[in-house]
Amino acid sequence: MTGEPHIARKPSEHLSGAGVIVKALQDQGVEVIFGYPGGAVLPLYDELFKTNNLRHILVRHEQAAVHAAEGYARSTGKIGVVLVTSGPGATNAVTGLTDALMDSIPIVCLTGQVPTHLIGTDAFQEADTTGITRACTKHNYLVKKSEELSDVMHEAFYVAANGRPGPVVVDLPKDILFADAPYFAPQDVRPCAYQPKTNGDLTKIEQAAELLAKAQRPIIYGGGGLINSGPAACKLLQEFAELTGFPVTLTLMGLGAFPASNPNFLGMLGMHGTYEANLAMHNCDVMLNIGARFDDRVTGRIDAFSPRATKIHIDIDQSSINKNVLADIPILGDAERVLTTMIDYWKKKKLSPRVDSLKSWWIEINSWRSKECLKFEQDDKIIKPQFAIKRLFEKTQNRDVFISTEVGQHQMWAAQYFGFDKPNRWMTSGGLGTMGYGLPAAMGTQVAHPDALVIDIAGDASILMNMQEFSTIIQYRLPVKVFIINNQWMGMVRQWQELNHGSRYSQSYTESLPDFIQLAQSFGGTGMVAETVDDLDKVIDEMINSEKFFIADIRVQKEESCFPMIPSGAAHNEMILSAKDTENAKTSAEGMALV
Amino acid sequence: MSSQKPNSDRRHTIAVLVDNEPGVLARVIGLFAGRGYNIESLTVSEVDAVKGYSRITIVTSGTDMVIEQIKALLDRLVPVHMVEDLTLQGPCLERELGLVKVVNAGENRIEALRIADMFRARAIDSTLNSFVFELTGSPKKLNAFIELMSGLGETEITRGGVVAMARGSGIGLRNAKS
Repeated sequence: MTGEPHIARKPSEHLSGAGVIVKALQDQGVEVIFGYPGGAVLPLYDELFKTNNLRHILVRHEQAAVHAAEGYARSTGKIGVVLVTSGPGATNAVTGLTDALMDSIPIVCLTGQVPTHLIGTDAFQEADTTGITRACTKHNYLVKKSEELSDVMHEAFYVAANGRPGPVVVDLPKDILFADAPYFAPQDVRPCAYQPKTNGDLTKIEQAAELLAKAQRPIIYGGGGLINSGPAACKLLQEFAELTGFPVTLTLMGLGAFPASNPNFLGMLGMHGTYEANLAMHNCDVMLNIGARFDDRVTGRIDAFSPRATKIHIDIDQSSINKNVLADIPILGDAERVLTTMIDYWKKKKLSPRVDSLKSWWIEINSWRSKECLKFEQDDKIIKPQFAIKRLFEKTQNRDVFISTEVGQHQMWAAQYFGFDKPNRWMTSGGLGTMGYGLPAAMGTQVAHPDALVIDIAGDASILMNMQEFSTIIQYRLPVKVFIINNQWMGMVRQWQELNHGSRYSQSYTESLPDFIQLAQSFGGTGMVAETVDDLDKVIDEMINSEKFFIADIRVQKEESCFPMIPSGAAHNEMILSAKDTENAKTSAEGMALV
Repeated sequence: MSSQKPNSDRRHTIAVLVDNEPGVLARVIGLFAGRGYNIESLTVSEVDAVKGYSRITIVTSGTDMVIEQIKALLDRLVPVHMVEDLTLQGPCLERELGLVKVVNAGENRIEALRIADMFRARAIDSTLNSFVFELTGSPKKLNAFIELMSGLGETEITRGGVVAMARGSGIGLRNAKS
């Protein structure tokens, strides 16, 4: 942080510490802050009171502030900003910060701190915030001198957004907020040691293109890095796939980076991915990974993962390359820049795919597709959860729709049955798997897109985890929709207990769910229940046409499990397609130990 | 991934140039602790007071994949300017300072002095029944000296940890990122 020798710089103005922060936020283009006040940040809230062009959304719990900022960031490509107080304010934010770290979401979180002379004295509402958040942020700062404040603020935004994005905490002792502080504009800040490489090694990109042109059974495996790189990167992916005719699969975090309606799209891959995507991954000879990290939910048993493939891995983060799976051609760089270079080279060299082998590869892929792994049978009474999401998808196609989810079965069904044709439309907690993420994320998304249709596809258990935010949603008149796939179980826990623990359903049933409609009403919203198939369409119509906060309580088949599935510890080609298969597929002892 | 046996553990000496700021060591150590990587030796001290740079020398061991991961994780820390794997770069110098106290009498005392002389260790403190020797050298040399001394009486040992540098005329960690 001390960096280069001190070059004389002239501050553009002198303000209070709190004034510097507000000025820095404005200069960074911040429009919205999600926060919750408290003693240590009162000077900053006082400054916000005097400012007209920074909107503050008052959440009801600091965890939700971070998730809301994540939803805001994910749906706009901007940086999400959070403001919380010291001690419990900061510790409550930890889950959100960890979530943002795992899913590479750019967040700047300002935390209050006790005055510098009280640090380390167990003062009221003191917590070692930089110590606690060191492991759950990309970087964090404790500002102990007011002269450093504007440099730290600008650097925090730079670090959050550049390279692999992530959350950055700036811990602000109360006396610093009062102190006189010089303000330096973003262009005048001191240099930062953090300079990620973005261009990609030209030789390796050319090598990769040549390899892809020779591939007989190629596949493109895209991840959240494409979304983070931006809509341009997603467009380039589409261009490359159309140029080559290669099949494309996406991770949970990557959904929307390639149009779900494109015939080259094989669906999501991984534990609950499609049969065709996983089999294509297993049998491919050249794999092009763009911005995905070979997560254990994607690879299945690592020693059996895609055994015959030569792997090209494009990632902005060096530590994601060769972490779980060795890359034959590692390319460190930003997806957009690398794809631009690769496509240019492809065109310049007039490369073309091997048409014949690609044709037989597609025949093979289509034979896996013909298994129709996402097929389900809907009778005319009890609603199947898959059917509910499918109908929701079909009925919202002519709308500007954003979907967030909580975590569990409903999340996987949403990923399977809701198709995304554009990036930034899908907000879900992938890496950390945070129940309670969806509602605040939907809230943040709605703040960014006030006229859009924003729906939190939720589970009955997850929605209870951050439901205090109904109050925030009402306060700001956010017409968020909550679509609860209600089966009265923690469905994914129940499913694993059925598969791996002899159907001993330990603590996974919720005895006393609230009446969700009355709950919505008590906050000032509205809602409807769908008990049978006949109710479903009507409830969806009512919900999407409502201009208020709305809860749709969809009572679904209670013991439905989520398929297809790669049992833990199994390989891609050992997928089970339905409950019938589970009797033959015994989870291995090693697999049992996996989460 | 140059090694013949990618899955065998290998000892690596890694030099890291960082900003000398509070918490930077905690970040480096936390990175190892959080992932269960082992630190065999760690030294840190400021090397450039004007620019405020400290140099950390870490000795660790792991498979090629683990070592690559460690270096990548170190490199993405914001206050880190440069990471160098001295082991991969070819021959490097490793030196360590040790203080060895040995408590003994009679013949063993004379033997201790004789061995110290051979190792070019200096006696920097003496009582009628003890010496404190100061010794610098490679970690192996220190190990050998300590082993011999422990046969000559009760010993107390403190070691400074490895400091290392590449041989030759190349200046490694000067070209920091910024």
